[in-house]
Amino acid sequence: MSDTATNPVNPYLRLERMPSIWCPGCGIGTSVNCFARALTQAKLDLKMTSIVSGIGCTGRVSGYMSLDSFHTTHGRAIPFATGLKLANPDLNVIVYSGEGDLMAIGGNHFIHAARRNMDLLVVCVNNFTYGMTGGQVSPTSPGGATYTTAPFGQFEEPFNLPHLADSCGAVYVSRWTTFHVRQLTKSMREAMTKKGFRFIEVISPCPTLYQRRNKLGDGLDAMKFYKESSVVKNGADTRDLNIGFQTPITVGNFVNRSRPSFIEAQNKRYTEVFGPSYKPYPEGPHGNGANA
Amino acid sequence: MAADPTGVLTGQHYLDGNHAACEGALAAGCRFASGYPITPSTEIVERIAARLPRMGGMFIQMEDEIAASITLQGAVWGGKKALTVTSGPGFSLMMEHIGLAAMTECPCVFIDVQRGGPSTGLPTLPGQGDMMQARWGSHGDYEIIALCPESPQECFDTTIEAFNLAEQWRVPVMVMMDECVGHMTERVIIPSADKLSVLDRRWTTKKPGEYRPFDVGADLVPDMAKAGDGHRLFVTGLTHDERGYPVMNHKAQEKLVRRLVDKIRLNADKIAHYEEDQIDGAEVVVISYGITARVAQRGVQIARDKGVKVGTMRLIVVWPFPETRIRELAQKTRAFVVPELNYGQMSLEVERVAAGKVPTVLVPHGGGEVHDPEVIAEAIIKAARSVS
Ligand SMILES: Cc1ncc(C[n+]2csc(CCOP(=O)(O)OP(=O)(O)O)c2C)c(N)n1
Ligand code: SF4
Repeated sequence: MSDTATNPVNPYLRLERMPSIWCPGCGIGTSVNCFARALTQAKLDLKMTSIVSGIGCTGRVSGYMSLDSFHTTHGRAIPFATGLKLANPDLNVIVYSGEGDLMAIGGNHFIHAARRNMDLLVVCVNNFTYGMTGGQVSPTSPGGATYTTAPFGQFEEPFNLPHLADSCGAVYVSRWTTFHVRQLTKSMREAMTKKGFRFIEVISPCPTLYQRRNKLGDGLDAMKFYKESSVVKNGADTRDLNIGFQTPITVGNFVNRSRPSFIEAQNKRYTEVFGPSYKPYPEGPHGNGANA
Repeated sequence: MAADPTGVLTGQHYLDGNHAACEGALAAGCRFASGYPITPSTEIVERIAARLPRMGGMFIQMEDEIAASITLQGAVWGGKKALTVTSGPGFSLMMEHIGLAAMTECPCVFIDVQRGGPSTGLPTLPGQGDMMQARWGSHGDYEIIALCPESPQECFDTTIEAFNLAEQWRVPVMVMMDECVGHMTERVIIPSADKLSVLDRRWTTKKPGEYRPFDVGADLVPDMAKAGDGHRLFVTGLTHDERGYPVMNHKAQEKLVRRLVDKIRLNADKIAHYEEDQIDGAEVVVISYGITARVAQRGVQIARDKGVKVGTMRLIVVWPFPETRIRELAQKTRAFVVPELNYGQMSLEVERVAAGKVPTVLVPHGGGEVHDPEVIAEAIIKAARSVS
């Protein structure tokens, strides 16, 4: 933390929990800075905003934000957030976690929440590795990079996350790196005030494990690489967004569309079926549910 | 507090145990359910899926039981009373989140309609092999509460009791049914809402800034708040302090986990719920639960007809185990006989508490059907002879 008295993001943080656990040069903190700024700009009612994380270095984000914070189990932030949102649709519910958490162990929940168009914003910090457990291979690890559990180099095909989110039905999809703080902040702000399943991938350095093991230098070197090798292509076809080992990274806002969210679709259906006496959720009840 | 009449189908019904359990949940104020279909529990989620939408409630079929068992906890922190329902394989998948609920003190109810196991086992046939799993299935040390109904009426009653216990003690509560109880149809009487006693959540009256989410009073249970109340809650499965903040050392562990265990252990006598019959002067006491308690009735009658003095104790709350009472009974009787649809689970507890004062005779059965009452009778008679 620089100047704790004047930093405009301070009101959004649990300062009493600082310093954070994150290593010097780690990109997670940068993403959190963008996130806190986006919160101010989007003018969300902070009292009604919850943040849910799984487990991992990124999973610690929820606990540093001065919101209702839920640090759940590995991979299960999305189903927890689903219950929270459905219990009280007035809440803004944001999921913030790593790509191992959301896309490996939590992958099934991710695709189904996108399919349902659950009203959640999902921020995924993709550092191409499992940071918390010490640098193992992850579902986005690029071919050729080495890991503690892929010591001879990764050979599996990695996920292209924007394409995954897009094809599962997300209504908002973007990818930025932690070099693109302005664009990332703007994208977060935009996504915060939209309804439905929104997905932001944040490409972020893990200097301690991924960078070091693959001889990619420190956090600053990662920033230089992102600066030099990123190609901004708003509206790009998400099929073209694969990331290889140190290949150019296409960034931008790719998808912005609308379709009924889970609750909207449910209310529409039930109004058709039950007739005008049906009070849209969460208003109910309009009967005792008998004659089931 | 009386129940919310919206959820209460007052009257006399013919229901199977699964449907009755669903009605119990609704009567208790459950307005959120998440599930994933699995035999023999599916009728519960089917009924609740049809009932909740018109009651202002929400049901969602999740992509698996791992999801269902945490979606329900999100709903609890969002302010709802919440239920999930499953059977053997699904119960196994829920274990990590039973630990999460214990650690975060999330009041919620899990129904497990037990079938023959292990693995896929006998999907359509009864078992009682998940009793220890209910108690110990998640990693680490913790306490939960579990109940065992023996009839559709009791499926209704114990599900209400489960919700009340969850709210009072802030633990995950398991209703351990079995295929027979789930699928048998009997008369179920649902009283009017004002005759039902339903506990509200222990909402804090403290203001943001004053409230510390895991501060406790004499009963060792913290008052609760929900997301959106302005408290900036911090809820984590990590070991935490009174604010909910992670603290990674043995002192915080001792303070927190000791309390999680003690809030149930030190109050076990208050939570205890069992039924007894003809205990005075009994040579043998049969201890049983769920469907096996009903089958044992017949075995007990056969043994009584042959002149054996048999008492019975039927466990309704099985966890925490009623140690105090069983210790007393071990002074009064000369043997315990424990029939169950497994190869020895609750019998181990009886044996532990009896501590060698009297013998404990297990009448095991692998499940797939209920015991032959004659076999239970024989075990009773043999036990009576060997101690007389
Ligand atoms: C069920 C379960 N399996 C494994 C773990 C161990 N674990 C903790 S974090 C993590 C990976 C985190 O990676 P990622 O989501 O990419 O986050 P990062 O640490 O890189 O931010 C794993 C495997 C766990 N906590 N729970
Ligand atoms: S290990 Fe990597 S991801 Fe984790 S805090 Fe350190 S730099 Fe960041």
